[in-house]
Parts: sequence; C-alpha cells; structure tokens
Amino acid sequence: MGPITLDHYIYLSTALFAVGVAGVLIRRNILVMLMGIELMLNAVNLLLAATSAFRQDSDGQVFVFFIMLVAAAEIAVGLAILMMVYRNSRSIDIKHYNRLKG
Amino acid sequence: MISFAFYLLTGLLFVAALLVILSRSPMASVLWMVVAFFAITGHYVLLNAQFLVAVNLIVYAGAIMVLFVYTIMLLDLSKGVKHKRTLFVRLAGIVSGGLLLTVLIAAMRRSSETAVGDLAQVGQTSLVGLVKPLGIALFKDFLVPFELSSALFLAALVGAVALGKKGGSD
Repeated sequence: MGPITLDHYIYLSTALFAVGVAGVLIRRNILVMLMGIELMLNAVNLLLAATSAFRQDSDGQVFVFFIMLVAAAEIAVGLAILMMVYRNSRSIDIKHYNRLKG
Repeated sequence: MISFAFYLLTGLLFVAALLVILSRSPMASVLWMVVAFFAITGHYVLLNAQFLVAVNLIVYAGAIMVLFVYTIMLLDLSKGVKHKRTLFVRLAGIVSGGLLLTVLIAAMRRSSETAVGDLAQVGQTSLVGLVKPLGIALFKDFLVPFELSSALFLAALVGAVALGKKGGSD
C-alpha cells in the first residue's frame, strides 16, 4: 500500500457519487432517493475537503460548510413535501409525485 | 498505518453506501447511512479537518438522520407496500451509474493534478482545517454568504412548517 495522494480521494469521491446516482435511479422509495442525494453531496464534500487539505487552502472547507447548510435546508423541505404527499396518498412511492406537475 | 486507516474507512464507506441503496427497509437504510457518515467523518479526521469532524457529526449524523428517523416514525410503513421498479429499470439504473463512473474517471485521468504530498504528511502538517483559520475565513471572506445562509434557513423553516401543517394552505 503506497502513500495516499489526492488521486485516491478523486477516485473515492467519484465512486461514491456514482453509488448515489445509482441509488436515486433504482429506488422508488422517496426516503431512499433522498439518501442517495445525501450520498452525492457527501462525495462532493469529501473531495472539497481533501483538495483543501492537500493544497493548504481553507476556502474548500468553507464551501463544505455551506454545502452542509444547504443540504440541511433541502432535507427539511424535502421531508415536509414527503409528509404532505403521504398525507394525501398514504404512500411514499415516487409515482405519486406525478401529480405535482402543473 | 495511515494507508491502512484510509483503505479501512473507504471499504466501510462503500459497504455502508451500497447497503443504504439496497436495503429493503428504509429504517435499515437510515442506520447504514449513519455508518457511512461516521466513515466520512473518519476521513475528515485523517485529513486533520477538525472543524468538519465536529460539524459533520452534529449536522449529518445528528440532525439530518434524526429528521429521517422521525419522518419514518410518522409514516405508517407497516402495510408492506412494495416499492419496486421493474427489473429493466433497475438494470438500466445500475448501468447508467456505472457508465457515469466510467466517464468521470476517464475525465479525471486526463486532468493534470499538481498537488503534491501524501496523506501521512498532510494529516500531520495541515492547519487549514482547524477552527481558527476556518473561522477567520468564514467571518472575513465569506461574511455575506454566511449571513445570507441564515436567511435561507429561515425560509426553509417557514416553508417546512407551511408544508407540514395539517390541513394545508387551502
């Protein structure tokens, strides 16, 4: 096992992002799809933090902080929408979101 | 030793991430997601990003996952409704994810990464992840986005309450 360079983090984050994309594509449960989005956000966070540490520049970690803020707001609103749709359709299947088109 | 910790955390992260998207029960997905967040926090420890360690544990493993668990508690999922895509769509999803991975890695390979150093050295010497430099950057260079994000949070709070209120708006 050689030394760990920034390249390792690039491949790690890319693979984690792909796992998140696959999760959003293959599942129909909205909760799990939201978690797939969280996985993608965390892949980006990890790459930003690694780049920031390797290049000795703190801006990347500040961006990670902002991404976390936006993710928290997004999840709060997303789960509220989920609760609203669940109350109307008694289901958390993504197909009920077809009704939201307007 | 550092390499071993890196590969151990990476393996744990991928096992947890795959189980998040493959578990049958949403509750199991949430718990595996917590494991994945802890693995990511371990990566931040290796990078000496101390501020992100604390924030990741509090915001992600704490607040967001509690929100998920709370939502599952409010939903009645005991009826056992199947949420399954057809086999073709699942296969297409997996193939699409794999193709995205291939394209991204092919693009990354061409990039000329000039950052030097390895994790053992960066984890020892990196000071950019400590609370003080990040606080200075946050309140000097990023003050306006920081204040705007509080307005975003207020909007999200009001929106979540308005959406979650029983009876709806009309």
